[in-house]
Amino acid sequence: MQVNAPAPTEEDIRAIIVPLASLEGPLLPMLHALQDSYGHVPQTAVPVLADVLNLGRAEVHGVISFYHDFRDAPAGRHVLRICRAEACQSMGANSLAESTFRKLGISWHDTTRNGAVTVEPVYCLGLCACAPAVMLDDRVVGRVDDARMDKLLSEAGA
Amino acid sequence: MKIYVPIDSAAKALGADEVAETIAREAKSRGIEARIIRNGTRGMIWLEPLVEIDQGQGRIGYGPVTPEDVPALLDGKLDSLGPVEEIPFFARQTRLTFARCGVIDPLDLDDYRAHGGLAGLRRAAAMSQADIIAEVTKSGLRGRGGAGFPTGIKWKTVMEAEAPQKYIVCNADEGDSGTFADRMIMEGDPFTLIEGMAIAGLGVGATRGYVYLRSEYPDAIRVMNEAVRIARRNGVLGPDVLDSGRAFDMEIRMGAGAYVCGEETSLLNSLEGKRGVVRAKPPLPALEGFLGRPTVVNNVISLATVPVIFEKGAQTYADLGIGRSRGTVTLQIAGNVRHGGLFETGFGVTLGEIVNEIGGGTASGRPVKAVQVGGPLGAYMPANKFDTPTGYEEFDRNGGLIGHAGLVVFDDSADMLKMARFAMEFCAVESCGKCTPCRIGAVRGVETIDRIAEGDMAATELLTDLCETMKDGSLCALGGFTPLPVMSALTHFPDDFACHKEAAE
Repeated sequence: MQVNAPAPTEEDIRAIIVPLASLEGPLLPMLHALQDSYGHVPQTAVPVLADVLNLGRAEVHGVISFYHDFRDAPAGRHVLRICRAEACQSMGANSLAESTFRKLGISWHDTTRNGAVTVEPVYCLGLCACAPAVMLDDRVVGRVDDARMDKLLSEAGA
Repeated sequence: MKIYVPIDSAAKALGADEVAETIAREAKSRGIEARIIRNGTRGMIWLEPLVEIDQGQGRIGYGPVTPEDVPALLDGKLDSLGPVEEIPFFARQTRLTFARCGVIDPLDLDDYRAHGGLAGLRRAAAMSQADIIAEVTKSGLRGRGGAGFPTGIKWKTVMEAEAPQKYIVCNADEGDSGTFADRMIMEGDPFTLIEGMAIAGLGVGATRGYVYLRSEYPDAIRVMNEAVRIARRNGVLGPDVLDSGRAFDMEIRMGAGAYVCGEETSLLNSLEGKRGVVRAKPPLPALEGFLGRPTVVNNVISLATVPVIFEKGAQTYADLGIGRSRGTVTLQIAGNVRHGGLFETGFGVTLGEIVNEIGGGTASGRPVKAVQVGGPLGAYMPANKFDTPTGYEEFDRNGGLIGHAGLVVFDDSADMLKMARFAMEFCAVESCGKCTPCRIGAVRGVETIDRIAEGDMAATELLTDLCETMKDGSLCALGGFTPLPVMSALTHFPDDFACHKEAAE
């Protein structure tokens, strides 16, 4: 993720999306590819996507804004997803989230001041038999208590 | 010596990777010749990481194993659980869909074949399209995603539709809380899903397939992508499936965090690159689905069950179960429960048996208050409904929904008013926005429950009325079934709604 990188040029964006244009239903794979490269979907990509796919800019914007995954700005260096779904709630996910927020001084969708961690809610990681569960970037952790959370946060530099 | 350490994400979430690394290091330093195999999970999640050691006399289980246990494990000084398949939770099951899950290396195609894999596809490849459909119909298989629609009828509709291109779309957008069977099979036995999709393709005459897999499952995405590549390289997928002269190929597509995309028509829109907005039916996706073409949309477990039906015969499958619910149900026991995990058995086992006997009661040791069955759109079942047998109609008759057969257990500390509020809040966040009862109703639902919480008991009547409207007026299950958890909480646990009034007074 290149947080301080200059805004990508149209050529950069085309290089990422054009190879995917032959897929059936290419827009989501393109958006994922852009977010993989830049950590978010840059605003400058909207007209390029519209042009490549022969769509209106409003349509492209509508798709990006529909999905929780796509960001319009980069997240922190790490993303911590805390599951809010019922199985995790039955094992104390709400109090885990609250105590995490108290420690970090932030809430859902916020990033710590040092830019280390963004906290997002997630509705189910499929770890419902070892709840409560969280995911730090792509790494899943089950049966999370305050001590395990502290360890994760310190690893992430929060 | 073979040592099995699961690679399933639930096992990893409990430290399986660290255990596997420690075993490799310690075995080397001890000069032990050991082959470490990363298998899927057996589904006994409370025992994960569940390490199995095979010294030629069967697989002996140890768990949960921590990295600190590894020296004792390798020195033979750690207490074992005995032969893994004799652990009562496992021994009681009828594993058909999950027969190989936890047994084999998920990406070893030879191992897959050695355990019955591809026998079903080989048989199907020698059958006519009509015979394939007849076999699925005879098995009595119904949609395991929740709706319970007969799979054979869906396939027949697609087979009979005429079009230059047809599709098989697998719904792997397993967003319901308490469900993880799809994830488990994709991570633990991915070729089963591929084989099932190929049989579906041969049956209906579709040459292309997609798995719409949620982005919250990065491990499953990685395993499925690799499995597709291996299957293609070995002629299981491609222009000439198992030398049958018939073509089928498939791709894995990643979702983007929208719960509603588990609804089949919004899934199709999302797959096409649009907003995941629900489509009105008709037209049925079977006639106008992906890109307007005839499309089979089936859940992961439905498709992953097809190979065993062809391997063992439809009748063997149909002989299991009760009433109109034939075959096995892949129960996912979750939440506040002692023995959580996946339990596959014939339909008919009662809710009480699952929670108290198989699940062993709550993890906290406190009394069970409610069990939410079927995900966030399923009812909260109180203890007096525990004699309900698992079956589509049986749950329906008892005011519930079997859904994807996920069960979330709550102990007596659960506040059912808060759970009802959460159901409405979730619906408001995840509504696709197309229909008013869902988009606006869910927001008003949260507000109305807040009024009840503040002591305004007259608002319960309003909430009931609102739920009626949402149930009757919504286009899909999100708005249509959110009233189920809300009203079941209100009906079965009125004290949780009334006590707030007393507190306010």
